[in-house]
Amino acid sequence: MTLIRTLVAALVLGLAGASLTTAAPLRIVIDEGVIEPMPFAVPDFIAETGGAEDYARNIARVVAADLAGTGLFREIGSGAYISGVSSFDAPVAYNDWQAINAQALITGAVQASGDRIVVKFRVFDIFSGQQLGEGLQFAGTPQSWRRMAHKVADAVYSRITGEGGYFDSRVVYVAESGPKNQRLKRLAVMDYDGANIQYLTDSRSIVLAPRFSPNGDRILFTSYASGFPRIYVMDVGSLGVRALDEQPGTMTFAPRFSPDGGTVVFSLEQGGNSDIYALDIGSGALRQLTNAPSIETGPSYSPDGARIVFESDRSGTQQLYIMAAGGGEARRVSNGAGRYGTPVWSPRGDLIAFTKQNEGRFHIGVMRVEGDEERLLTASFLDEGPTWAPNGRVIMFTRETAGAGGQAGLYSVDISGRNLRQITTEGAASDPAWSPLLP
Amino acid sequence: MTIISKALLVMAVLGLAACNNPDRYGAGGAGGTALPSGTGGTGIDTSGLGDPNNPASVAYFNQTIGDRVLFAVDQSNLSDGARGVLAGQARWLQTNADYAVIIEGHADEQGTREYNLALGARRASAVQNYLISQGIAAGRLRTVSYGKERPLEICSDEACYSQNRRAVTVLSVGAGA
Repeated sequence: MTLIRTLVAALVLGLAGASLTTAAPLRIVIDEGVIEPMPFAVPDFIAETGGAEDYARNIARVVAADLAGTGLFREIGSGAYISGVSSFDAPVAYNDWQAINAQALITGAVQASGDRIVVKFRVFDIFSGQQLGEGLQFAGTPQSWRRMAHKVADAVYSRITGEGGYFDSRVVYVAESGPKNQRLKRLAVMDYDGANIQYLTDSRSIVLAPRFSPNGDRILFTSYASGFPRIYVMDVGSLGVRALDEQPGTMTFAPRFSPDGGTVVFSLEQGGNSDIYALDIGSGALRQLTNAPSIETGPSYSPDGARIVFESDRSGTQQLYIMAAGGGEARRVSNGAGRYGTPVWSPRGDLIAFTKQNEGRFHIGVMRVEGDEERLLTASFLDEGPTWAPNGRVIMFTRETAGAGGQAGLYSVDISGRNLRQITTEGAASDPAWSPLLP
Repeated sequence: MTIISKALLVMAVLGLAACNNPDRYGAGGAGGTALPSGTGGTGIDTSGLGDPNNPASVAYFNQTIGDRVLFAVDQSNLSDGARGVLAGQARWLQTNADYAVIIEGHADEQGTREYNLALGARRASAVQNYLISQGIAAGRLRTVSYGKERPLEICSDEACYSQNRRAVTVLSVGAGA
């Protein structure tokens, strides 16, 4: 696996190996370097009212799963605990947590009353002997208990890494069933961790490559509902669907929103030739951005909306190019061996994720916007279609296995190439697209 | 193909408004919709295939003339053999003028999804252009790309891939020019 240059996250703990009393703040810096995951403990939250016991236990479990799932943290199981947490406001027995080498302790409490639950939490830096940030509380309906757990985990992750979180987010994808030559496909949406799956369409027509709007209120996708591939927009609240405004041409596909949500950039095919167009949703104005006899597709805006990265085979094979958002001359950015497709600009603006095909293998990779520092994060028979977590630190993608029984599944990997994980879905799944962090 | 003939082709295709949903692959077989709570058709399309010994039958077209041509990896140019098959299709379509055609373009699984959609469209268009060059009215011909969504063969070897890189000429009755 020499192709994969692993870049890894470094755990920089000012206190590692130092005395237990002089303490730099608890911190993980996500950067190059090999790390040991930071040990943490999340005792069951305290149920402060009757009926809150299940929430108190389950929320703590989701927080632990979120943090451990990043690969940056390692949970210390309750079997190792010396002392417990008797109440939310009880003093923390730092020595007992130090003794089991817990570096972070997360405590919490839940109150349930009728159709409302309140979740409180605190984070403690055990070796500094102090609280990390202020305690916070969230309130919501009992049905949203998982979201509140994700919000707790996002806050903990942010305080320790200094990065934005990504746990309270959703992923829209294509749920697949049936044999390879008669695959049924329908749109589905789930929490980032695979929970709360909801199906958005039936499977009477092939649907492909859904994408969220920047604020998560709409989903673009391609469907064969009319018999021909065409772009549709779904309103996430009402599940209402309409075709994107009528276009000339045979097929429209590969849509993506602009960062302000007002424009859709996509491919339109006429007479066998695919070019990139931008449609202003408000005015209906259509602008052709590329004009070449080659295949131009996979457009994705930079976070400031000023540029578009896309793929083209104008050089003879699929490669990545960047042009101004209004079109015009494009600069090639991919330079390695093989074919490059499905570019997606990072929400942080610094990297472009892509699919690479080389010597019969598929890879998910990232490169800097200038085209340098390419890193391949994965390798398999068929990996494709990266999508960025809201914080630009994790990528989800489709991995399909070979052969007559081949099936697609969703995987995630961090931008260092570490922590490859499969997301559990009901049945086969492909074409994930991550939502922004939920409000 | 000149710009003018291309423009005429586009207009002609747009004019073929009466054409039905060509999807032979929907869950119910035809006429599906991806829209929530939409209602599909009966899910069954009925069409006669005819006597394969009858040169005017669909079965004869599909089997004896040959309803498909194959392509090299990542290519959409027509081989000499493919041109021969398409010339036969054109002669048959001249004789059997009641038929309209949907040309399906397909790709093998060795490619990204959206690129393969574009590649399938290129392949279908290559067949369409060749049939037009052989005198078939553009208004009888439509194209649809399935990319890698509908492989014919399901193994992950070149033996299957070579059969999946195809353009298939699908006849439909009564919608002809």
